[in-house]
Amino acid sequence: MNTSALIMMISVMSTVTAITIYFFVRVYKSPQRPEPDSYSGNDPKSK
Amino acid sequence: MNKESWGSRTGLILAMAGNAVGLGNFLRFPVQAVNNGGGAFMIPYIICFILMGLPLLWIEWSIGRYGGRFGNHSTPFIFDNMGKRALWKYFGVFGIFTNIAVAAYYCYIESWTMSYVIHSVIGTFDNLSQTEVAAFFGNYVDIGTSTTGIPYEAVVFYVFCILLNTWILSRGLEGVEKVAKVGMPLLIIFGAFLAVKGLTLGTSGASPEHPDASAIAGLNFLWTPQFDSLTNPQVWFNAAGQVFFTLSLGMGSIQCYASYIKSKDDIALNSSTAGFTNEFVEIVLGSLIVIPISAGYLGLDWVKENAGFGMAFQTMPFLFEKWGPVLSMVAGAMWFGLLFFAGITSSLAMGTPWMGFMQDEFNWSKKKAAWSFGLITLIWGLPTVFFYSQGVFEEYDYWAGTFALVVFAMGEAILYSWIVGVDTGWNELKMGADMKLPEVFKYIIKYVTPVMLILVFIGSVFTPEGNDWSAAFQNLFAGNGWMFDNGSLIKKLTNAGLKEMLSLENDPLEIRKLADKIFYANVARLLLASMFLFICSLVYIANQKRLKNQKA
Repeated sequence: MNTSALIMMISVMSTVTAITIYFFVRVYKSPQRPEPDSYSGNDPKSK
Repeated sequence: MNKESWGSRTGLILAMAGNAVGLGNFLRFPVQAVNNGGGAFMIPYIICFILMGLPLLWIEWSIGRYGGRFGNHSTPFIFDNMGKRALWKYFGVFGIFTNIAVAAYYCYIESWTMSYVIHSVIGTFDNLSQTEVAAFFGNYVDIGTSTTGIPYEAVVFYVFCILLNTWILSRGLEGVEKVAKVGMPLLIIFGAFLAVKGLTLGTSGASPEHPDASAIAGLNFLWTPQFDSLTNPQVWFNAAGQVFFTLSLGMGSIQCYASYIKSKDDIALNSSTAGFTNEFVEIVLGSLIVIPISAGYLGLDWVKENAGFGMAFQTMPFLFEKWGPVLSMVAGAMWFGLLFFAGITSSLAMGTPWMGFMQDEFNWSKKKAAWSFGLITLIWGLPTVFFYSQGVFEEYDYWAGTFALVVFAMGEAILYSWIVGVDTGWNELKMGADMKLPEVFKYIIKYVTPVMLILVFIGSVFTPEGNDWSAAFQNLFAGNGWMFDNGSLIKKLTNAGLKEMLSLENDPLEIRKLADKIFYANVARLLLASMFLFICSLVYIANQKRLKNQKA
């Protein structure tokens, strides 16, 4: 591959991958809201 | 009373990402990139994602959660509540209509992927030439021919696909979420396997027939940046269109999914995560499969000349055969399996706005709502199966799967930014947010996104001849007027392209075929119009019911 294509491909792909992972990490680290929230899996009875 | 809810935050994000990730991520994106000069396409694509895709995604999530607060889970009455004018609820009909109309033909493609998984596993493509693999697809969609011995095989698979979708939908959001939680990880694993093959193929696929074949040449073509493309309007229009379609914007399904989120829960981070997951699948996986593998065996010139949606079914099975009997079976099952998961996570989303509407307005159970969706989809979808070669499928794709989306997205962006007001919209988006949104996006949502959508809309109505915008503007300024392309809305409406071909044809058989195509194109439009009016009448009845209840 030529250098400019390689730089473009690696930079775009790594940026998109890094942002996606970063957002997922933020989602998992965000504190859970007090009940009742939107997710039935968090309901006291289903735990 | 509609009491559905999401099971978990991860389930919601995966379902939303699954809604966005569709067949287009693997098939439309690489073809668009090839047809728009490879690397020339990537920069406008990324800019359009930031200025139009992401903001519109936020708009749709905000509209959905806002609607859910008032017990509305489909766009007619969400818009009615936002716009305060009767017209908006009928404009919101697009948010149900598009889903059913697209599901009607989309399930047909989805059924091909199911069938092709089976054919890959049982070795149907073993030792077939490239021409024979391509001909197999032609035989498959010709419903009179059976490739497995099952009579009306294509119809059987199509009906089975709709039944499967309906059965999952009848279990409500829980069913949708389960499919997303299984389907999305599998899709990424299958995609990653094929992407590694594409990335490492190099020049090992060169043959005496294709001595210049090289996967690296394919990747070079796709990723070499060409900054002069920034001045080409055609590339911008196509990049904006791709961003728009890849995120499943302008459908009404995002609003429906988001309407089950409570006001105190985040939508900003959730929507961004779902959007970037889609981009990961499209840019990282989508760019590393079809183009490098086909360029690796058939050469870049072949890819440039033949790039199209059909490559997935007509070419890829032939290329997998070069990997030996076991790996070709695995690769075929993975390729069509990932397309199936991409398809079903989207088609399930298309069922939910209708279900939400019927549950909200007519107190239907989720089972009744789901089976009615299946029935309507089947009734309106069968013509796309039986008259596929007569162009009914294409008509549905153009009017429901392309034009209606642009109209709907443009309208909702105007409603959100200018009628309700961007300040109200921005506050809705920030409510309960788990991330800080850059304030500059408030101005992008107000000015840039609606203007870009208006331009995309104008572009589809007034597409110039050959899609060559530079030449069209030069002609216009030189006083030669504006020549419309046969793909523009104006020419499409009058079947100008088909009529032009008809006037040049001398063969009586071809003349008959073209005349049939014009007839079926008009029939398809009437079918779509009848569906739109049917949903409008349901909205009218629902509104009368609401008024009656208010008085009582």
